[in-house]
Amino acid sequence: MDLNLAGIRLDVTEDGYLSDLSQWNKEIAIELAKKEGIELTDKHWEVIDYIQEKYKNDEALSIRGIKKSGVINIKEFYDLFPGGPLKISTLIAGIPKPKSCI
Amino acid sequence: MGTEVKKMLFILSKATIENAYAAFVMANGARMEGIESEIFFTFFGLEAIQKKKLEHLHVATVGNPAMHIPTMLGGLPGMEAFATKMMKKEMEKLDMPPVGEFLEILSDSGCKLWACKLAIDMFHLKEEDLIDEIDGILTIGDFYSRADKPGTHLLFI
Repeated sequence: MDLNLAGIRLDVTEDGYLSDLSQWNKEIAIELAKKEGIELTDKHWEVIDYIQEKYKNDEALSIRGIKKSGVINIKEFYDLFPGGPLKISTLIAGIPKPKSCI
Repeated sequence: MGTEVKKMLFILSKATIENAYAAFVMANGARMEGIESEIFFTFFGLEAIQKKKLEHLHVATVGNPAMHIPTMLGGLPGMEAFATKMMKKEMEKLDMPPVGEFLEILSDSGCKLWACKLAIDMFHLKEEDLIDEIDGILTIGDFYSRADKPGTHLLFI
């Protein structure tokens, strides 16, 4: 599927996740966040950096990992990305939807 | 688009590790999808929220055909502890948190945790026997009133 965002034609999955992280940039993140009703703050960017780093190092993302991250606690994570924090934060960060059940 | 499930209410009535984790994984999974979730701990399910007992839940080796060992062997001393140790090892590999940590995660995620009044009275438990994350002690009637919106589902484990 194609998605036009921030003047760029993006390749996305059926769920709207970017197929290729190299297409991602900050303007695209801002637009993706807007679609989720989120205005990105410094704390959001910190979390995005963290999960992108995890993804690049091939480490699985989980809510337990968030608890141990030292970047954010679980309550703040739910407040920043309401309605499914891992699902929404990965979408904004341009990385695939996590497949884990925990 | 999106799920019609808006709220999941779980009743955990058993204290075997596989049942407790079933409730925890589903309750956490709901929160991760933006669905509300709550757990009502009753009868033996109360073991999972007692400070002194929660890290000592076991997998059942007797009367559990899925263990694929003869029932008489399953009853030998140490079998339950051994099977539990093996299972915990596998769970750790999948980064599944231990019971106490899982309850903290659930509470932080906004999953409400309730203890059943009748079972608390029956087992002569006090509030201080329970973990701090418990949101309160409810009757079953109170718990039904938590089903306050369309798309609520209730599951007995």
